[in-house]
Amino acid sequence: MYKLFLKSLISVLFLLGLSINANAEFKVGFVYVGPTGDHGWTYQHHEGRNAVEALGIKTTYVESVPEGADAERVIRQLAQSGHDLIFTTSFGYMDPTNKVAKDFPNVKFEHATGYKREHSNVSTYSARFYEGRTLLGHMAGKMTKTNTIGYIASFPIPEVIRGINAMTLAAQKVNPDIKTKIVWVFTWYDPGKESEAAQALIDQGADIIMQHTDSTAPVQVAEKAGVWSFGQASDMQRFAPKSILTSIIDDWAPYYVERSIAARDGTWKQQDTWHGLKEGMVAMAPYNSAMGSDLIKEVEQLQKDLASGKVHSFTGPIYDQKGNILVAEGAVADDGMLAGMNVYVKGVEGDIPQ
Amino acid sequence: MSFDLNFIGILIGAIMASSVPLILAASGELITERSGVLNLGVEGMMIIGAISGFALMVVTDNLFFAVIGSMLSGLILSLIFGLLTQSLLTNHVATGLALTIFGIGMSAMIGKNFVGIPGKEFPLLFLNLKESTPFLGPIFFGHSIILYFAFGLPFLTNYFLKKTKTGLIIRAVGDSPSSASNQGINVKLVRYSCILYGGAMCGLAGAYLSLIYTPQWIENMTGGRGWIALALVVFATWSPIKVLIGALIFGGITISQLHMQAVGLRIPVQLLSALPYIMTIIVLVVISRDSRKIKLNTPTSLGQIFYKEK
Repeated sequence: MYKLFLKSLISVLFLLGLSINANAEFKVGFVYVGPTGDHGWTYQHHEGRNAVEALGIKTTYVESVPEGADAERVIRQLAQSGHDLIFTTSFGYMDPTNKVAKDFPNVKFEHATGYKREHSNVSTYSARFYEGRTLLGHMAGKMTKTNTIGYIASFPIPEVIRGINAMTLAAQKVNPDIKTKIVWVFTWYDPGKESEAAQALIDQGADIIMQHTDSTAPVQVAEKAGVWSFGQASDMQRFAPKSILTSIIDDWAPYYVERSIAARDGTWKQQDTWHGLKEGMVAMAPYNSAMGSDLIKEVEQLQKDLASGKVHSFTGPIYDQKGNILVAEGAVADDGMLAGMNVYVKGVEGDIPQ
Repeated sequence: MSFDLNFIGILIGAIMASSVPLILAASGELITERSGVLNLGVEGMMIIGAISGFALMVVTDNLFFAVIGSMLSGLILSLIFGLLTQSLLTNHVATGLALTIFGIGMSAMIGKNFVGIPGKEFPLLFLNLKESTPFLGPIFFGHSIILYFAFGLPFLTNYFLKKTKTGLIIRAVGDSPSSASNQGINVKLVRYSCILYGGAMCGLAGAYLSLIYTPQWIENMTGGRGWIALALVVFATWSPIKVLIGALIFGGITISQLHMQAVGLRIPVQLLSALPYIMTIIVLVVISRDSRKIKLNTPTSLGQIFYKEK
């Protein structure tokens, strides 16, 4: 009996010590939508986390968290267990993040790719992936022989539609006959479905495959079928060494480091960040030499011009599918328009699912 | 959309490839259920088969070991189910569900070290005939050996259940274990064998996914196919040939809805995504309307615990 009492006393004290310790130490939490080994979207966020950890800041992560009710539970759990700053790294975490933020005013929240900042402790951040898509469009327009570009899309949200449009506009500029075929898979991550979609697009005559989903399956299917492809979020070159032309790389590390330090030192303020090629949040993997040195030079120049602001991905005149003008001649789309983009530009086939 | 014959051939070939895991898992589960055992752990056994196959492929660099190993691992998992339900007499439904949850968790744990490793090329047969034969080429040639096996399996299963003595014994055990037992049949042994066979087939179905269909390991890569296989067995009213038809319809509509999107048909995408489920159920219900035949095929003691009184 006495021993039992002693044992429980020790364990209670131990737990108490742990919790005090937990409260005192600055901790950063991460919520991921896929597994850290997806070699795409989540993998890159995890690389960012590793950079924060390298500073000596303690971090925690939860992977493969479904968007929806589960997400709120996980975010709440992180907030309750003494995390001071929480990065929620998928669009579908937008409402759960804001909901939890309301109940934990002392915890800072950073939501990726969303637009809702309902409380003063919620910041949002995203990358101008569409700048990368412009480069892909340029290459696709030059490389295609069938004039058909296959695009695997995830969910009909502005970010995805913006990517489709940016790519199509750039491709049209170098090849007016271009057609963009789109398959919506309604998932960020389902390799089986992504491969079937890639195969369907190839069977329909696409000789360029690009994806706005997170697994490496589409580039592998493209490699097997002998058509060109582009990697998404991370350098996927080793999964399709012959046929991948380049990958759009998301580099979150500098942002995560900066924001973690700010939160630790008490200088964190709410903000909306949207960085691109210029700041390095969007980067390009090495270009495939199969494109030829002339095209590589062109693309590198375009990359420089996009970064310096000399060229904008959405420069007028831009028309929607019905031929109505979206952006006037000589003007460029402002960030508000880009953030809320919900129509296809001319040249994209099909309707946006509602 | 090009509607030339060759394209339709390619499409049918793709549909066949996508239905293989369903045929394998459902055929295995069908034998298990015909012996009166309801194993809801199909998804769990498939995913364990998928990771074991892939892991063995990486470690041994030998596809033969990988395939055999995936079947063995499915078998081992089903052995756990057998021990619990047949020897310890636990509830089939609860045990099967637990098996699925266990399988998914376990595979994710083993799989940690195998994420992001590119798969190995699986040999495809008659590739030259596939190219040279118009229309029929992509249908009959250029597939993996597992596909040919999967398409023969329902016919073999049908013959086995209807024409062989062992098949008759399995059906007798499934219909009335007590009568079978009185006839001197070892019910436990028959059921164990059927459970293990079902496990091995589910393991093979998983290996098909991780070694051939999407050659890589991805957490939760079976994506609910085990549950579809289970539903197929029931809607096909325990007939192996109807399982094959159901799997082909399901695969067919899944693939064609992606093609319809790529073509730009103006049908709501959400409806298209739901079509495979709706159509498969409707077709199977319609072709299995005959209630006398349903009674003939349904294992009467399905899911019931049987023990011999001593």
